[in-house]
Order: sequence, then structure tokens, then C-alpha cells
Amino acid sequence: MLRDVTIGQYFPGGTPIHRLDPRTKLVWTVIFITALFMARGALSYALMLCVLAGCVFASRVSARALMGSIKPMLIIICITAILNVFFTRGEVIARLWVISVTREGLISAAYMASRLVMLISGTFLLTYTTSPIALTDGIESLLGPLKKIRLPVHELAMMMSIALRFIPTLIEETDKIMSAQKARGADFETGGLIKRAKALLPILIPLFISAFRRADELAVAMESRCYHGGEGRTRMKKLRMTSRDCAALALGAALPALIVVTNMLSGA
Amino acid sequence: MAPIIKTEKITHVYSTGTVFEQAALTGVDFQAERGEYVGIIGHTGSGKSTFIQTLNGLIKPTSGTVFFDGTDIRQSKARTREVRFKVGLVFQYPEYQLFEETVFKDIAFGPKNMGLPENEVSERVREAASFVGLGAGELEKSPFELSGGQRRRAAIAGVIAMRPQVLIADEPTAGLDPSGSAEIIANIGAYRRSAGATVVIVTHNMDEIARNADRVAVFDRGRIIIDASPAQTFARGEELTAMGLGLPSAAMIAARLRERGLRLPDGIITAEGLRAALREFKKGAGGGNA
Amino acid sequence: MEMPDIIEPVSGGGGVPDAVLTAENLTYSYRAREGELPPRVLDGIDMDVGRGAFVAVLGHNGSGKSTLAKHFNAVLLPVGGRVLVEGMDTSDERLTLDIRRAVGMVFQNPDNQIVASVVEEDVAFAPENLGCPSEDIRRRVDEALRVVGMSEYGGHSPHLLSGGQKQRVAIAGVLAMEPKCIVFDEPTAMLDPRGRGSVIRIIRRLCGELGVTVVLITHHMDEAIGADRLIVMSDGRIVMDGTPREIFSRPDALAAYGLDTPETVSLLRGLREDGFDVPLDALTVDECADAILSALAVRPA
Repeated sequence: MLRDVTIGQYFPGGTPIHRLDPRTKLVWTVIFITALFMARGALSYALMLCVLAGCVFASRVSARALMGSIKPMLIIICITAILNVFFTRGEVIARLWVISVTREGLISAAYMASRLVMLISGTFLLTYTTSPIALTDGIESLLGPLKKIRLPVHELAMMMSIALRFIPTLIEETDKIMSAQKARGADFETGGLIKRAKALLPILIPLFISAFRRADELAVAMESRCYHGGEGRTRMKKLRMTSRDCAALALGAALPALIVVTNMLSGA
Repeated sequence: MAPIIKTEKITHVYSTGTVFEQAALTGVDFQAERGEYVGIIGHTGSGKSTFIQTLNGLIKPTSGTVFFDGTDIRQSKARTREVRFKVGLVFQYPEYQLFEETVFKDIAFGPKNMGLPENEVSERVREAASFVGLGAGELEKSPFELSGGQRRRAAIAGVIAMRPQVLIADEPTAGLDPSGSAEIIANIGAYRRSAGATVVIVTHNMDEIARNADRVAVFDRGRIIIDASPAQTFARGEELTAMGLGLPSAAMIAARLRERGLRLPDGIITAEGLRAALREFKKGAGGGNA
Repeated sequence: MEMPDIIEPVSGGGGVPDAVLTAENLTYSYRAREGELPPRVLDGIDMDVGRGAFVAVLGHNGSGKSTLAKHFNAVLLPVGGRVLVEGMDTSDERLTLDIRRAVGMVFQNPDNQIVASVVEEDVAFAPENLGCPSEDIRRRVDEALRVVGMSEYGGHSPHLLSGGQKQRVAIAGVLAMEPKCIVFDEPTAMLDPRGRGSVIRIIRRLCGELGVTVVLITHHMDEAIGADRLIVMSDGRIVMDGTPREIFSRPDALAAYGLDTPETVSLLRGLREDGFDVPLDALTVDECADAILSALAVRPA
């Protein structure tokens, strides 16, 4: 069911993770992803998993919600893993027609899959614990220096925040339109690729029209509430770095260093 | 004859196994006869929207069975698909589902999916359009050139064109002005009379139910708690008010008059009913005991 | 051109000294296709809304009432004539922000006017745009949420709220600008009766207790009963203007403009045909019951 999709949702809460400055969390996420790509060997992966598990635990985001975010990506993860199984050379342990499965292939597939799962969970943890407004404020503030080279930082941040705000609304809408077309006998489940692609038109066209209508109405509503770009705009919640943020950032900086150590220990 | 549609103890739980798990329906028994006009009331979240989607198989209840014309709609895949066309469902704000270049093509979407031949499709489109008062001129227009009310009627025609034996509509008049609403109710009534179809309408408009419905099903927290004639239903005013539901204006005025000592018969729910009762009262008063 | 059917003469041309909103011979049309005459959506509107008034604007779909509403905060600008908000001409671009902070707007679809993913952050949107200091924004947000009774939902995510609750958040978002006047453009059209009731109660309170000038665009007759003044629009023109009592007691005129009378008035009208001596202007259920009792010459027990 589409309504179970939890992408980009924010689960309000008051845990230490929720209360961190969004900039801290953004920087942390970037560090985490970098570390993830640096990691080699079981020990490094175990360390990354511990870090992720610790953050999930501290944020009290339910495992179910995280699983919900991974579910839609499952196909991509599987395809990546399967490609790794088939296209890594090494010690052959099984043979299927012209394809050979290697030990190295299986290991590399396992690493690839866990890397993707951790990548997705890590990023979703950010959106689950940070309100989109805080998130975009954070991005705007971090990218602030780029305003000097005339990058429309505020506009980009605002666009992102609105996109996040409308994800659940549009998912609900898609669900509704799908049901309405099914009630008129639309069939999305059978037939070849072309037939299925064609069957999507009755969903996509109304969805686009509705998205445009919403965008139009939202623009009028925003103007009516005196929106006139980022100039002279103030904030109810000013971003403020606390000692907790400093501690978190220090820990974050230590992570890549730790990974280098664990990489060496696993002999990679 | 078996009821045209019937549910036996249907229960539905949303998002089973997730944080959002919630029961939308618990053990709902319901049936509607051929040609019957049933009104469904209940506040938002009472389960009525989920319920109507189980009737044409769009939502598969977690447990329980839905029967159409005596057989289980999930007997086979073919049966489920067949029922999809026999139980037509008009969603809330159905004009947002229009997608074709012309109104004609959009109304033809359902009949085409039924696999009907070209000439039969166009016959049905014209017939359905005439039920909702759209002429040949409108059929060739883009749906987006129509007025709001016309667009809504075009969307309803898209369901009528399947010639459903049961026509279900979820708040078909929501957001329309009084004359637009009246037209839609008249269109649905015209289809019902001509096709002998059963009509199930979800609505918040109690005056409309009092005027048209044969029977009312009141939903509350996933159950049907009242299933009776409009007069019997609206006699339970206190219960309905406690659920956040209104009463027809005539029923409210009659209740107020009774409170002030006027002896009026029970079961007054329409203006016509109240007028008749007051005429009687006047006659009685003039006839001697004044 | 036939004369508008106006019961109480409206003074045009800024005649009312303490008017919050004034429209003078306001004309508006959308751009037409080549070779066609642009259809007039608004055709010579003259009206004033006095300070603290509660004015309801009725009209069938397409009568121009929403187009009129959008002129009151410079979202649309007149093609002909002018609109004044607290004496400020809406066509003057330098005044746009001042006009918009003086006249708030609440629209039909609550989903499409909520900007943020957390209730209080959404309510803060307008004061943030106005450049208010943080503490002041906090105060405005808390106050606005209190007025609409949504204080406990400050940290919630709007998309999990009911339609009525979302609309209350939208009202709070406008209240946080501390406007002099709020224009409601069919605020209840998409709500269930419970949501409608809560929104209408808040609108009445805003006007009655907080002294906010209210313009309510609607096609629900019963919502208009509580207004001080009722304006009926048809084909881009004001065709009736008076108190709800005066206007609803003319059901034939209303019907000609595609509008109904409240159920109470329809009943009283039927009773008149039946020979009862009842007035047509008993609008509420209680008034209607009283009218019937006095016509029957029955003393309340």
C-alpha cells in the first residue's frame, strides 16, 4: 500500500538526536556516508553498523519505520547485489550455464548490500529526526557562503522544504487516483512493458495536473502570507550550536580516522 | 431474491504490522436490495470510506466476505473483475481523476476496459452523458474546458457508463453550490430509476438523506451502529448529535416544537412531513378543542 | 444594463469614512483568446466593508466571488477601477506587503496553504517573512494557536491532522500576521460538518471578540446567517446587499441567482402556502419554532 511509504517523513520527538542542530546532523550524515565508502573489511563494517545502531537507538526511531524506508529500495539493492555476484572474478563455487558464482562475488555482494542499506538508513534517520524546515535552514546556513557567487541558496532550500512537505500529500493523492481508475477497470498488473507503461497515463496525467494546481494555490497562499524571498526574513527558531553539537561533531570527525584504523586491522 | 450486495462480518486493519496500524472496520454486516437507495453517514474516520471500497473489491478486507448477487466477489479473479464493473464507485472529488483529451474518451475509459466493441462503447458514453445532462457539444471538449460542476458530472458519467447494478458515491456533492448539488442528486436518481440500480451514497447532508433515502446506515468507529429507515434513524437525535452528526432541519424544528408542548407525530424528517403534521394540527385545533 | 437589486444602498467611492476595504467600479477579466472579447469576471463592483464588520459574500460557482476575494490583498489587481485597503491602493506595488499584512486570506483547500511540515513552524511562516524578531514570532505563534484551539498540536505534523484541524492551523498562520481583516474564501467547502462547525465558530469569535473584520465567501446559506451583512453576487456583479434577514426572506430572487434559502426559510415559505401566518425571516431553528408556535397561537408550555 502506498500510504505505508515513509520516505522523507519527519517523526517529531525530543531525543538528543532530535535536539541536535540540523547543521551538525547534516555534517554528520556527510561524514557517515564518506566513512561508509572508505570502509573495507568486516571490522570496519561492524563499526559502521554499531555507529548506525547507536544513532537509531538514541533517536528512538522504530526499526519498523526504518524498514519501511528500505522496502521501496529493495529492488535496487537486490539488483546491485546480484550484479556483484555475477561479475566479480575469483574462486568459482557454482556454475549456472555461462554464469559463474564466485566466493569473492558473494562477499562483495554482501558488502555492497549492507553498504546500501546503511546508506539509506543513515540518510533517512536524518529526515526522520529533523523537521524539513530545520533541515533546509541547516542547508541554507551551510551553503550560505555560496550566496556570494550568486547561487540562489534560499530559494533552493525553500524548494526542498516544500517538496518534502508535499511528499505525503502527493503519495496520498496517487493512492486515491489509482483507486479511482481501478474502480473503472484500469489494470496495472498484467500485460507487457508497453501496456503497463500506457496504463500509468491515467494516473500520471491527473497527478501532474493536481500537482500544478496545488503549486499554483500554494504560491498564492505564500504570497498572501507576505512571502517575498529570503530578503529580510527572520526565524522563530534561530540555529544555535551548543556544547552537545560540538561533542557530536568531534565524534564525527573521529569516525573516518577510526575507519582507517579498522581498515588496516582487517588487512584491507 | 438474494440481496444484490451483502457483507458478512468484514473487518479491515490498515498498515498491518507497521506503526500506523489501525482498525478501520470491525465486523460489519450490511446488505442492500435491488433498487434500494441507502444513505451512509458517519464522521470522517468512522470507516465509511474504507467500507465502500470493500464493496467493489478495491480493498480486500482482512477478514469477512463480500457477496454480490449471492456469490463471493473473491471467488475467482475473473469474478472480482466482473464485480468491479457491476458495482460502480464514484470517489470523492472524482473530477480530479479525469485524464483524457476529450470528455467522450474519458467517459469511454470504463466501458473500454470492459472490452466492449466500439459501437457499444460509444452508445454507452452517450447514454451516460445524457443521464448527467452533458450534450454532444460537451463530449468533444477537453474536460478542463468544463465548469467545476460539469466536470464532476462527467466523472460520474464515467462510472455510469459501465452500467453498474450498484452505484456507490462518496460525497458526490462536496464543494458544489446548492444548484450544482441538486443537479448531481437528480442525475443519480435518474440513473437509479431507469436502470433499477441500487444507490449507496455517503453524505453529510442530512436533509438530502431525509428526502431521498430508503434506509440509513450510521458508521461509528468502524461499525454500523444504526441501520434503519431515515425516520427511525433521525428519531435517535441525541445519539447522532453525540457522534458529531447533524439532523435534518425539519427534524430539529419538530423536536423544538415538541419540547414546547406541541403534540406532533413521530418520524417527521422533511419540510413536507412537518407541513402536513402542522396542517393536521391546525385542523384538529380548529375542529373543537381550541 | 439592469439595475442591481440592492435593498440597502451601498455607498461607493470611499463614502464610508472608516472602511477597511473599498472597491470602486472594480472590473476584472482574464486574458481572452485572440479575436474573442475577454469575459468579464468582475463587472463594476462598488462596495465598502466597515471596520469590525462580518460580511458574507454568497454566489453560485463561477459568480466571481473568489476573484473578488483575491483583489482584497493584491493577489489580483483590477483591470478597471480600484481597490483600497485601509486607504492604500492595491495597484501600488510599494504597498503590497503592507496590504497583505493588513488583510489575511484563508483559502478553500487546507492542504495547499500549509507550507511547513510542523504546525508551529507553519504558523511562524508569515511573521518570519515580515522579519519579526524571534521572541516576537514565538509570542505570535503561541497566541494564534491558542485562539484557534490548537496549542497542543504545535509540534505535530499537519498531514496527520483532520481537515478541520488543518484549516484551523491555516487560520492561525494568518492570525500570526495580526491582520486587521481576514478574507475567508470558502474555508469550509472541503470540510465535514464537525470541521465546518469548528471553523465557523472560530470565524465568529475572531469578529465578535477580537474585533477582526471578516469577509466570508461561501455558498453554505446557514454559515451566512450569522453575518451582519450579506452580499449576493451573480455574473460578476453585486445583485443583492442587505442583512441576512432581508435577503433570505426573498427566496425567489435568491433562486434566480442559483442560490437556495436556508431550510428554515423554505419551510416557512411552505407553511405560508398552507395558510399559516408566519414571517419569512426566522432564520435559526429556534426562531423558526417560535414563529410556528405564535402562528398556531399556542403558548409555550
